[in-house]
Amino acid sequence: MESEMIYARNLGMVRGVRKLFSGIDFDVGAGDLVVLRGPNGSGKTTLLRILAGLTSPIVGEVSVHSPHHWIGHLNGLKPFETAKSHLKLWASTWGGDGIDRAAKTFQLEKLYAIPVGLLSAGQKRRLALARLLLVNREIWLLDEPLASLDQTTRHLVRRLITDHCKKGGCVVTAMHEKTDMVPSFEISL
Amino acid sequence: MKAKAFQSIFRQAVSEAWAKGGGFILPLSFFIGVGVLVAFSVGNRAELLSQISGGILWVAIVAGAFVTMERLYQADLEDGVLELHLQDTGPLTEYVLAKTLAHWLVSGLPMALFSPLVGIMLQMPRELLPLAGLCYSVGSLAIFLWGGFGAALSSSVRRGGLLIALIALPLYVPTILFGVLTIEAFGTDEMFINLAFLLSSTLFTLAVSPFMTSAALRMSAD
Repeated sequence: MESEMIYARNLGMVRGVRKLFSGIDFDVGAGDLVVLRGPNGSGKTTLLRILAGLTSPIVGEVSVHSPHHWIGHLNGLKPFETAKSHLKLWASTWGGDGIDRAAKTFQLEKLYAIPVGLLSAGQKRRLALARLLLVNREIWLLDEPLASLDQTTRHLVRRLITDHCKKGGCVVTAMHEKTDMVPSFEISL
Repeated sequence: MKAKAFQSIFRQAVSEAWAKGGGFILPLSFFIGVGVLVAFSVGNRAELLSQISGGILWVAIVAGAFVTMERLYQADLEDGVLELHLQDTGPLTEYVLAKTLAHWLVSGLPMALFSPLVGIMLQMPRELLPLAGLCYSVGSLAIFLWGGFGAALSSSVRRGGLLIALIALPLYVPTILFGVLTIEAFGTDEMFINLAFLLSSTLFTLAVSPFMTSAALRMSAD
């Protein structure tokens, strides 16, 4: 268990009076890519939020090595701030120095001076995902990372995920799309 | 979390407070508006107005503080910024302190700085004005800290503004009591004792409320 980055046993969760899932067991180690599958409302986001420590399961135990990267549905951007100030804020909060690399990889340099309120949905998503490269963290928890992205950026994100796993990190992601990525295992909810 | 991190969160919080809800203008106008309205409603009784001016200004500051309080954490909860701060390994209290201090700097301190002006309008004795300004500066920080706790508790509630008032108003009692006593005891030894109590109640709030606010935010994000 020591080498596991994420350890989950017998996880169960309810929403209101409806059971979302129960008896979920899994271990995620270095190099693993885990894809959560299931129809809308099946609890993929909730399971990811449990892993991210944002909510507690009704039953079961979970431990996730921290710190980890969390990319949720919400981009966490302020409309009046520029793209650059967002990257700077999080780089200094997390003690990272990857602003240039993040901006270059996600082609954000042209958007640097533009307030986020004026960006398109895809551009905002790109800015949110660029956080992954600001500081190196082993665990990535991604909720629908490919939503509202164009083909080029989708390809880029898939490549980043694959590379991250090859380098010994691990990724847990909820995804609807079938991709060429080969997950270590899938969790069906 | 390092000092640099605190700085950048503080900077973003200041620019957010500045950009949203009219920055300092809206709370300040509300503060002055309450003062003017009370002055008119008391009518042609300058002596009565002079006696109650200290208390009126406290109420006006509280009213002004509530103008922008509701959105303090609600905005961060809605756009996902709070989720990101909750991921951090460092304590959430620094984020809370940065947010509250920025909010106080933009909305609270201008009211305290303008209090001598409104004080003159309310016939407050001239010699009291500097002391009153000091009391409002110190006390308004506690008012914003407790208000922030209320805002955190009600951040997941729509139209939670009234709820903030219900939560925070009882917590304002020590600040306002010692604030009024300090002004009343002007020129006597008791003034310093009361001022010390006012200061210590603000320091107590500064020490305790960030932890309560952090816990409330964790609950709201769930």
